Order: sequence, then C-alpha cells, then structure tokens
Amino acid sequence: MAAVVARGCGGVWRRARQCGAGRPGPGPGPSPPGQRAVACNKRGGAVPAGKSGLAPWIPVVGLEIHAQISSNSKLFSGSQVQFAAPPNSLVSFFDASLPGTLPVLNRRCVEAAVMTGLALNCSINKKSLFDRKHYFYADLPAGYQITQQRVPIAVNGSLSYSLCIDNKMSQMVTKTVRIKQIQLEQDSGKSLHDDTGCQTLVDLNRAGVGLMEVVMEPDMCCGEEAAAAVRELQLILQTLGSSQAVMAEGQLRVDANVSVHHPGEPYGVRTEVKNINSIRFLAKAVDYEIQRQIEELENGGTILNETRAFDSKLGCTVPMRDKEGKQDYRFMPEPNLPPLILYDTKSLPANMNHQQVINIDWIHERLPDLPSVKREKLVEQYGILPEHSFTLLNEDGLAEFFESVVKQTQMKPKKVIGWILNDLLSYLKQHSLTVKESPVSSFLLADLLNLLEKKEISSTAAKQVMAIKAGNRKVLNKLIGLVQRKTQGRSNPALVKQLLEKKLSE
Amino acid sequence: MRALSLVRWVRAGRGPPRGPGSRYTGNGGHRGYTGHSENRHSEHRPQDPPQKVSVEVLQHLEQLALVDFRDREGVERLQKAIQFADQLQEVNTEGVEPMDSVLEDRCLYLREDDVTEGNCTKELLENAREKLEEYFVAPPGNIPLPKLEERETFLQGS
Repeated sequence: MAAVVARGCGGVWRRARQCGAGRPGPGPGPSPPGQRAVACNKRGGAVPAGKSGLAPWIPVVGLEIHAQISSNSKLFSGSQVQFAAPPNSLVSFFDASLPGTLPVLNRRCVEAAVMTGLALNCSINKKSLFDRKHYFYADLPAGYQITQQRVPIAVNGSLSYSLCIDNKMSQMVTKTVRIKQIQLEQDSGKSLHDDTGCQTLVDLNRAGVGLMEVVMEPDMCCGEEAAAAVRELQLILQTLGSSQAVMAEGQLRVDANVSVHHPGEPYGVRTEVKNINSIRFLAKAVDYEIQRQIEELENGGTILNETRAFDSKLGCTVPMRDKEGKQDYRFMPEPNLPPLILYDTKSLPANMNHQQVINIDWIHERLPDLPSVKREKLVEQYGILPEHSFTLLNEDGLAEFFESVVKQTQMKPKKVIGWILNDLLSYLKQHSLTVKESPVSSFLLADLLNLLEKKEISSTAAKQVMAIKAGNRKVLNKLIGLVQRKTQGRSNPALVKQLLEKKLSE
Repeated sequence: MRALSLVRWVRAGRGPPRGPGSRYTGNGGHRGYTGHSENRHSEHRPQDPPQKVSVEVLQHLEQLALVDFRDREGVERLQKAIQFADQLQEVNTEGVEPMDSVLEDRCLYLREDDVTEGNCTKELLENAREKLEEYFVAPPGNIPLPKLEERETFLQGS
C-alpha cells in the first residue's frame, strides 16, 4: 500500500560526483540512490549551484492516466464489465469488431466522466466529439480505438494534492497539477504473450470497456509528486464511484512522460514510461528515468523520444519493443456517432425524453464530499491534525471506524485518534488486514477506551488487550502462562487456550 | 472519408508548394476551383499532371496500412485514387466548417447501463483460424514488413 504522503521535492536535481574517487565512465545504469545528490529545496524553489559545480537539472513529469469506468456494461456495447471471467465470455459482436455492428453510447459512462470532470474543476464541454485512432495490434480487433481526440468531454481542470516536507509527517505542503483534459475512450483487449509458443493469446473481455483518460500537465518534478497526485486522484475516483481505481486489477493505469532540462533552457526530449503497476513503482520509475536521463546527458549522450517500459524486478526502464518510431494514428472523426450534447438547467430542452438528457447541474448538485473536503471536516469537527486526516482517508474504512468509536466513547477524539492510528492501524498492518477485516470492532475499541477513561484499566493493559484481540498470539500465550501460574499448574493448557479463544471471539 | 484523409496525408508528405515560377498567384488566386488560399489545398489542381508519390511516402504508407504495393500496377492504382479524390478540390469550401458526418444534427442515443450481450464464446471462436482454449491465437506482436531491400516490390525500381 503506497504511502499517501511523500516528501516534497523542490524540482531541481543534481547528480553527485563521488567524493575522492574518479567518476567512472558511462556505466550500465545510474548510480545507486545513495550517491545521488537530490539537491531539492523542500520549499519548491530553485537551488543555487552547489558544491559539485554542475549546472542544476529541472525534471519535468506529466502523466496520462487511464481509469476504467465503474459500470455494468461497456462503453459502446451491452456486454458485461467484469474482472477475471472465462476468456472471451464477456464479448459482444461489436467488441469483436464483426461487420455490421455499430457503437451505442452507455449513459452511465458519460455521467461518470462528467462527475470526474466536475470533481477536478474542469469545464465540461457541452458538445464533444468522438474520433478513431488507428493502429494495428492483435488486441484491437477493429484496427482503431474510438476516443475523443479533437473535443474531449472535459478540459482545463486542476487537482490539489499534499506532500510531507520531512519524514516526520509534521509539515505538509499543498501542490496543484493542471488537468489538461478528460476524454472517454475504449479499452483494448488483453494479449498474453507466449514466448515459448511464439504466439499471442488474445482475450477480448476487456475490449470496449469504458475508460476515462485523465491527462495531467507536466507540472510535477519527481516520483513522489507524481505518486501523491495519482493517489489523490485515486481517492477522488473511489469517492465519486466513477472508477474503483484499483491498480492491481488494471482499473487505473499510469503512463509517465519524463524529461529534464537546465533552468532557462527549453524543455528536453521526453520519454514515455509504461508498464507501471503500482503507485510505489510509479515513484520509482519516474525517479529512475529522471536519473537515467541526467546521467545520459551529462555523459554527452542524447535522449531519444521513445517509449520505455518499467521493469519492476530490476527497478529500471528499458526501451519497449514494437514502439520504435513515431506512430501515425491517422485520426479521423467517428462517422457512426453524432456529437455528444450535454445540458445544464438553463439549456435543458423542454420536451425531450429525460432518459436521453444529461444535466450537468443535476450531477453537480449530487457530488459527494471530495477527500479534501472530508479531511477539512474531520479536522474541524474533531480537532485532529491535518496529517491525521490524511492517514484516516488513506485507509479504506478507517475514517468511518474512527467516527464510530468517537460516537461510542467518552474519550476525547484527540486521544482516540492516537489509539486508532498508532495501535489499531499498526496491528492491522502487521497482520496485513484491512479495516473491514479488523478483529477489533469499533464497539469493542470504544468499550476498551471507556474503561481506560474511567481509569478501571491502565493504558498498558488496554494496549495488551488490543494486541491480543488483533491477533497477537504471543500475548495470548502469555495469558495462558498467567492462568497456569494462578491455578498453580492445575489447569489443562489446551482447555485454557480453548476457553480464552472462545472469550476472545465474542 | 478515407480517400480524403489519404489525399491530405499524402499531400503533407510532398513538401513545400512550388516556387515563384508557378502559375499559381500568391494572393490566393482567382482560379475558381481553388478559391481559398489555405496551403494544403493550394498546392495542386486537378488539371496538372499528377505528381509522383515518392518512395519514402509509399514506404511509410505500406507500414501504416500494412499493404504492399507489389508492382507498378499497384502504385499506379494508388496514384489514380489520389487523382480521383483530388476532384474534391474543385469545390470552394472557404468559410465552411468541415462536416464529420451526415448524422451531425441527430441526437446521440444514450443506452441504459444494462448487460444485454456477451456469453457467445463458441460463436465468436467459430471463425477463428487458430484458437487455444477459448483464446484467439495471434502472431507475437506486430510483425514489421521486411526492409525495402529485402522485399520484392515495385518500389525498388522507382
């Protein structure tokens, strides 16, 4: 699980020279992180030329994020959207691109895109268009993808995210990244490469699933900023319900565009990094690529405008096969789809079937509280620190758990939060449990905290009880030992264990 | 639709418009059939002898569209197709917004988000030449066309 808050970087990097020893020539890859002087000013300003005397580098990072829309059926057909189903079982004739089929737009997908656009402060285009993007690949049976290249559904938004200035999480800085646009497009099928058999197996279950492509302008400067921005987007999408945004299931895919340049000079050549499967890897991939480019340029090399894949095992980026050379997608308007028209309360047509009408204002009124608003409310209502509110929202269900405990206990929220974040959360993490799987219910914890408040038990005792409940077997054994001592060895240990476990499961 | 985008594309690969020796006057001209001065339409008029499509352009087209202009006949057919599409230049479209589709005034129908299709694996796989346990079988990745020198196409001769 990625850390939601990361250290900020000032945007200026410099590669270190090894002290004393001569610098080796162009090696197989960038120097290990320890040797890299990340001369970042944590406040985000430019850093003056430091001891190494090298001109500083400014990395530039932009992101293209594809979020799978959470809907029952696909963007242009009525086949089901579901992860892990028998191959080619969720495929309609249209998805397989059989002749004589036509796209029919799914209303829910449009609503999801409008919600997301509004949440990201975008202007919603009341008229948007669909286009065809042509390229050949086995998992794209039509030979083109229907997308929105000319006029997408939403443009010119922004996303605010926060970073910790230092490791202690006591100082947070807010940054903003501009959202260039959000467009609706089709997902492709899945290719399984079989190297031994020299063939590709194609499963079209995913072909045609609705995607929202969110394009973030190159306003970020390092892996941690990119990771924090994506994490916040993920939380927003999950709050809206427009996408479940689980990266592990391919519902959220991120491509990073990375380049470096000296201050005052034009932007450098950028590379595109793909195959990033988690937020943690996103930070690693971006940082690696920045470092690789800096080293390449400082050794007199050049950066190719290419697509690279992130190899998570090796922790590096490698050039991608099949993507050499600039692609010409031969964009053309999708002739089978008229423009998509959206309305607001002012422009609402009087005599139209309301199932055929999407009202932007209606959707806006029903947007849920976004994560940033939820955090503010938690801080205001309970007097907890902003950092606490971040952690509460970062774990699925934790904020609700906290509020539930607060309701059921006399202990002040400011004290409760410590028990939630330090004790409960760390135990859950240790045993790889989610909040929903917590053996300690909010009722139980509230009960325990009440006992503590009434001074009927000590703090240490409370911690021990929590530990046992959370599954700490060592403490359970200790209890058995205590019982044995009390009964002077006359009790049956197995029976004692059974009785204790029964009590604990109540 | 494809012919027009092909024409525009090929034209883009032809290079800059002809120089001062051209019959075409610089101020947009009064030749009725190309009444507008946008560069991309002003380079060529239907009555001029058709410009040859360069080898580089042909090669690029072959890679993009995965076709093989195997002989002189193939290349000539392409040139005739471009000539045919060029007739569109006779129309003065100055100040007219391009039309994407005759459906542009229609309402885009919105479908309810219900599952109504799918579950026809057997039918879909019936037409597949090669299959493996309900997967379609395809060659590994895109197989690039062999390089110009290795192929037997007419392009070598031009």
